[in-house]
Amino acid sequence: MYYTLFITVILTAVVLVVGAYVIAKLVGPRSYNPVKGEPFECGIPTRGSSWMPAHVGYYLFAVLFLMFDVETVFLYPWATVFNSLSANYGGAMLFSIFFFMLVLVLGLAYAWRKGALEWK
Amino acid sequence: MEKVYILSSLPQMFDSLLRDTCGLSNFWAVLIECVLVGLLVLAAYATLAIILIFMERKVCAYFQCRIGPMRVGPWGTLQVIADVLKMLIKEIFFVDRSDKLLYCIAPFLVIIASVGTFSFLPWSQGWNVLDFNVGIFLLTAISSIGVIGIFMAGWASNNKYSVVSAMRGAVQLISYEMSLGLCLISAVILTGTMQISGIVEAQTGPWQWLIFQGHIPAILAFLVFCIAGNAEANRGPFDLAEAESELTAGYHTEYSGMGFGFFYLAEYLNLFVVSGIATTVFLGGWAPVNIGIAAFDSVMDYIPGIVWFLGKTFVVVFLLMWIRWTFPRLRIDQILKLEWKYLMPLSLCIIVLMVICVSFGLTFTING
Repeated sequence: MYYTLFITVILTAVVLVVGAYVIAKLVGPRSYNPVKGEPFECGIPTRGSSWMPAHVGYYLFAVLFLMFDVETVFLYPWATVFNSLSANYGGAMLFSIFFFMLVLVLGLAYAWRKGALEWK
Repeated sequence: MEKVYILSSLPQMFDSLLRDTCGLSNFWAVLIECVLVGLLVLAAYATLAIILIFMERKVCAYFQCRIGPMRVGPWGTLQVIADVLKMLIKEIFFVDRSDKLLYCIAPFLVIIASVGTFSFLPWSQGWNVLDFNVGIFLLTAISSIGVIGIFMAGWASNNKYSVVSAMRGAVQLISYEMSLGLCLISAVILTGTMQISGIVEAQTGPWQWLIFQGHIPAILAFLVFCIAGNAEANRGPFDLAEAESELTAGYHTEYSGMGFGFFYLAEYLNLFVVSGIATTVFLGGWAPVNIGIAAFDSVMDYIPGIVWFLGKTFVVVFLLMWIRWTFPRLRIDQILKLEWKYLMPLSLCIIVLMVICVSFGLTFTING
């Protein structure tokens, strides 16, 4: 049942967008002139393409995010069973996760030390 | 023993009405229920968007010693409806050299992320639309689709402002997802379940809201969640992606009419979803205020869960609006510094604190 509902919700979102677009197309005015098709800038024609190379800092943070996000994904299953298993396997669970967190923190510390967290 | 709250069996009653009283087969019953759920989600989504936009305008006006919209309808109440109608009848047009395909897909992704997360909210006992056993995890997964939508919109517009805004938006949203996820993990450690309804069930009873149960780490996690959630909803002081004084309107500069409307809708609904998740996870969701005195508790239990949920959520919404209209906008380096050098280590500390609290039995509980 939940998968049916999940598909229903996604379809609802799609219907909302398509429906509003269709209404707008039907009742909205239609006209064209070349100035309308230009990108919105200060008034004079745009020079060059906007798809140009971006600051490398963005990329650096994206890579860092990827690393940490994959690591935090592994925390979810552990967090779910921690409360119920900590009575019997408390020591082992604590040790294993502190070791895991140590790796995570060392990664952050390394990135910090290397200056990856500075915006240059 | 599981306590049953008022109105919690309404969905089951409707289901048995279709199946037993009307004698429909499984297929038709499910179909009718799915259509109804879709309509309800749409209605709630649209209504809440209108209420939130109106609320934001009034709140912002009073914070700035103005009176806000007053002309359309009594006390300006119909202003937002007039705005929505205006947006609907505007022309939709493209920039000539934009990437048309990505430009059209972007609003879909943003709205799917927003409606998808919206459907996870627990309105009352048994009133969840989506209630997977991996709820919290799926929630964070769906919410990150929105980043792709925003980046796509900015990139496809072929406008220099939009591209800069898309870059800023993407790096900000993915950064703040980190501490958002870590705070949710700290709540999962305490409740031992990722299912949204399970998390709320764990908070029913006297002083059982996670913010009381988990005391210091939970309160810290709530604060970090509010800050990161504010950034995740792209709202001030973190509204770098649409800093109107430098980037005109950011990633939705080139969207006209309803195309812009979708981003606007999603922004306000994301505010509501973030507040709703903060309420669900830390402030007890639909769980009523119980203080351990039987007479007081039973009176509180008579108030339906949806009233509690909406009440608490709107308190958090007001808090986030207050933050938005009080603090000046941060720069991109300050935003990233705040996340990676302060909130990230802090949320890791919160997890460690929470683990210590849970494993040594230091959580706050009242037996009885």
